[in-house]
Amino acid sequence: MEDLSELLGEAQTQIEAAADAAALDEVRVSFLGKSGRLTALLKSLGKAPPEERRERGQAINQAKAQLQSTLNARREAIAEQALTAQFAAETVDVTLPGRRAAAGTIHPVTRAMNRIVDVLQRLGFEVADGPEIEDDFHNFEALNFPPHHPARAMHDTFYFSDGRLLRTHTSPVQIRAMQRLKPPIRVIAPGKVYRADSDQTHSPMFHQVEGLLVGENVSMANLKGDLHSFANAFFEEDLPIRFRPSYFPFTEPSAEVDVLFDLKDGSRPRWLEVLGCGMVHPNVLRAGGIDPERYSGYAFGMGVERFAMLRYGIADLRELFDNDLNLLRQFH
Amino acid sequence: MKFNLAWLAEWVKTDLAADELSERLTMGGLEVDGVTPAGATLDGVVAARIISAEQHPDADRLRVCQVDAGGDEPVQIVCGAPNAAAGLVAPLATVGTVLPGGLKIKPAKLRGVESHGMLCSANELELAEDADGLLPLPGDAEAGTPLTALLGLDDQVIEVDLTPNRGDCLSILGIAQDVAALTRSEFTPLEVPDVPVGCAATRSVTLDQPSDCARYVGRVIQGINNRAETPLWMAEKLRRCGLRCIHPVVDVTNYVMLELGQPLHAFDASTIEGPVSVRRARTGETLTLLDGTEADLEEDMVVITDADRPVATAGLMGGLGTAVTEDTADIFLESAWFDPAAIIGRARRLGVHSDAAHRFERGVDPQGQVRAIERASALLTDIAGGECGPLSHAVREAELPSRAPVTLRLARLARLTGFELTADKVMEIFKNLGMAVEAGTDAVTVTPPPRRFDIDIEEDLVEEVARIYGYDQLREAIPTGDLPAVQLPEGLVSLRRIQGYLADAGLSEAITFSFRNRSAFEPLGDGERALGLANPLSADLAAMRTSLVPGLLHAAAHNLNRQQPRVALFESGHCFVPATAAGEGAVTEVLRLAGVAAGRRGTEQWLGTDDSFDFYDAKGWVEGLLDLGGAAEEFTFEAGQRPYLHPGQQAELLRSGEPAGWIGTLHPNWSTKSGIRGPVVAFEVDLAPICAGRVPVAQALPRYPSVRRDLNVVVNKRVSWYQIAQIVQETVGNLLTSLVVFDEYTGQGITGDQRSLSFGLILRDNEKTLTDESVDGVMSKVVTRLNDQLGAELRG
Repeated sequence: MEDLSELLGEAQTQIEAAADAAALDEVRVSFLGKSGRLTALLKSLGKAPPEERRERGQAINQAKAQLQSTLNARREAIAEQALTAQFAAETVDVTLPGRRAAAGTIHPVTRAMNRIVDVLQRLGFEVADGPEIEDDFHNFEALNFPPHHPARAMHDTFYFSDGRLLRTHTSPVQIRAMQRLKPPIRVIAPGKVYRADSDQTHSPMFHQVEGLLVGENVSMANLKGDLHSFANAFFEEDLPIRFRPSYFPFTEPSAEVDVLFDLKDGSRPRWLEVLGCGMVHPNVLRAGGIDPERYSGYAFGMGVERFAMLRYGIADLRELFDNDLNLLRQFH
Repeated sequence: MKFNLAWLAEWVKTDLAADELSERLTMGGLEVDGVTPAGATLDGVVAARIISAEQHPDADRLRVCQVDAGGDEPVQIVCGAPNAAAGLVAPLATVGTVLPGGLKIKPAKLRGVESHGMLCSANELELAEDADGLLPLPGDAEAGTPLTALLGLDDQVIEVDLTPNRGDCLSILGIAQDVAALTRSEFTPLEVPDVPVGCAATRSVTLDQPSDCARYVGRVIQGINNRAETPLWMAEKLRRCGLRCIHPVVDVTNYVMLELGQPLHAFDASTIEGPVSVRRARTGETLTLLDGTEADLEEDMVVITDADRPVATAGLMGGLGTAVTEDTADIFLESAWFDPAAIIGRARRLGVHSDAAHRFERGVDPQGQVRAIERASALLTDIAGGECGPLSHAVREAELPSRAPVTLRLARLARLTGFELTADKVMEIFKNLGMAVEAGTDAVTVTPPPRRFDIDIEEDLVEEVARIYGYDQLREAIPTGDLPAVQLPEGLVSLRRIQGYLADAGLSEAITFSFRNRSAFEPLGDGERALGLANPLSADLAAMRTSLVPGLLHAAAHNLNRQQPRVALFESGHCFVPATAAGEGAVTEVLRLAGVAAGRRGTEQWLGTDDSFDFYDAKGWVEGLLDLGGAAEEFTFEAGQRPYLHPGQQAELLRSGEPAGWIGTLHPNWSTKSGIRGPVVAFEVDLAPICAGRVPVAQALPRYPSVRRDLNVVVNKRVSWYQIAQIVQETVGNLLTSLVVFDEYTGQGITGDQRSLSFGLILRDNEKTLTDESVDGVMSKVVTRLNDQLGAELRG
């Protein structure tokens, strides 16, 4: 009969020596398995003298429990080690870049235009649109440009052979909106416009947002209030604005709007012209089917590129249409 | 319009400095472009009288002058100017002076003779562009007077950028009137008495086309000396206003034009014969103009004729053959009113520019002709002598525009501007503008001066009050009243959503011009059909785009040529799609969306692959677009046959059978022509069908589990996945929740014209849990039908 403590000691040694779960299991089987050595001791208990059986049985069971506990502890330790080793093996360089799809971008002009539209929509304006190829009536005549008037020369117009033209401003949408809607009217018309002029500060195609508000008591004070709110919201700054008398055939009185803008280039803040506006000319209201005695309205038109350049610090207008990814990727 | 402050000050008393005045003008609607000093700094330059001028002993061209420069002793100056003669008063740059060109005057010896300063020409003082001798100063100028004081060079020149409605401000008179109103200063009108008639010479004038020319005033002036020197005061005013001195006749007519706004023209009387008349030009008539232009006259142009021969284009430019020269002794002076409609655009068509046309196009005072010709006659005879004949005055009053009285209701003023002004205040403003005004009941009635072509209706008066009272006085108020109902169609996919989706999918938005070189549309078969501009800026910007793809290809090539390894661009915008064959010009404007991609699919990264973009990238983008509207099942793709795309890699997009766009790999001929090597994938869709989505309607969540069965079939390559999917859908019906294809295989084990496709069916019954038996039954039907209808064999 084996000595219990010797056996226990041997088991302990073997358990500690077991390097992995399989080796440990072998140890378990060799001691606690069906034909294991401790099991054998337990089986042999019947052969022991009866007066020793109780005491010896207790001792063997105690040893078995102890062995089991040691085995468990060792099993946990081995699992722990294995996990640690797995983690060590699986460790990554967290500073390497992550897996991702290539990013695309939104054009700065679209970005500025969307921002303009967002601000104006919050002021209650609805978006309207119109064709880019217009007729003389919508682009000029209904907007109170007399035939052959020098004001037409201010718009270097692209013509087609049949007399139609590329709209020189988004203002034709005013006429279409008035013909379609009944006052009160608040519409904006973002879109492309064209002028036969190309140099450092002129592009033959550019973008405008037109605004039109018609109601029963619309005044220039409303125009100034709305445009000031707009400028502050667009630039996220309380900027001084000023109205300067100007001339557009379709508004009377007319104004150009300057914003006192800090270009942050070390120079003093300067008045920069950002848009044209005015009270809708009665002839234009009539062309839109609206009684100028009952209703008045204001209209404005702003160049989107101008706003994009001021907002995002773009120096050269022409770069906007080169579509160089080095520029486009700066706009997320 | 350029003018100098000193001249303005003769008309209106204002103490404002140039900067302050500029600010007022700008804020009054006459936008100031710039303020510049009237002349260079001429410290040290004084008036000097030549006492004697002796021939230089050793130089033929030099003279040794003793000049009185205001000091005790005469100063000795060596001078090469031809007009250096005793008695002449001329500018002397004294020793120590630095001339505008940078030359510093030092004592010098010229060929052995000492010179203590330099007598100057106008050119050397930057008072003229060229000069042929010393600048003659007024003979009564006191020697030693600084030139700056003598010439009033302490003066500023203001340039205003006038809007086309303010032709009346193309004169000192007009500007002065506005300044008077803006600064509430006193306006000094110019008295112009009639000149005495000293000779009987006259020329009859007839108006053959009174609708174009309703007033023509002419006068013969005989015996002038047109070699006389234009006086310095006039020369200086002209110079400061941007005009060069030519000879007295031209200078005087220019002067009066600047002063009163009435363009004048003078003919050499000896070159015109018989009576003068004004008529339309006849086809085939030509005229050589003063600037040498050979003008082919057209029937809508107005001409001045003598004995029925054109001698000048009315209001534009005179003829060379009847021009006044320095030798002219007798002139016929013209002061006429031409209707703007008869002038506008003609100068441009003839390729000439003239100050006269600029004014007539905008409208000149129809009542100002006599005054202007009297003013010019007086000035000219003062300078050049001569005797004036009586005026020939042809007029058709009924054809002249007249300014009708306009009433301004104070309530209307308040409603449009928010300005609550008294009648007195409003009347003061109009009076200061030189307008006749009468008080009414809560209104004033204004008669504008005839030169104010821009005052027709009540709103014009509102603007006058507002700009003079000051736009800076405008309040700011948020509009009140009903807000229009806003429509927000939820089923419509917004362009912004689409832009955001494509950007997130890795494409960058581009904006290209709507017109390109016609050749850019040739690959699409639209080279002839694209709508052309009648007046393009260049051939590269001449044809309206029929597709967005050529512009995007251009942008892609630009980037690929600049070391970009990956280019994926999209754009939305109007395309101008020819509706019929070439030449008819009928186009439909269609809002489209297109994308173009070339180069590597992903940005280079250590985890990625180096694959290039292929057809399925473009298809994936488009499929993603279709999902945005929630109506993707209405769209189908079919193999396409567009000649400009890869014949085996192109698809037509259809919505309910209607064309909605295409996807494809570009035909290499097209991409190569666009300057791109390697494959280019692209898509172009109409936005209307893409955007027309629907508002989601929620379905109940599934209560029973789904079952997945995979199939692997071998089928002829000509059989499309779409055909297989259709049969599966028809066979399984409502039980089919989704169908995914997860593998396509060709190669070992599969014969040449076959391919293997693996796909999974996910089935669910919303009423009960599916049993294996029922699923098996469905699956065997699917297999049988695929085999029967498409020859698909179950594999492995």
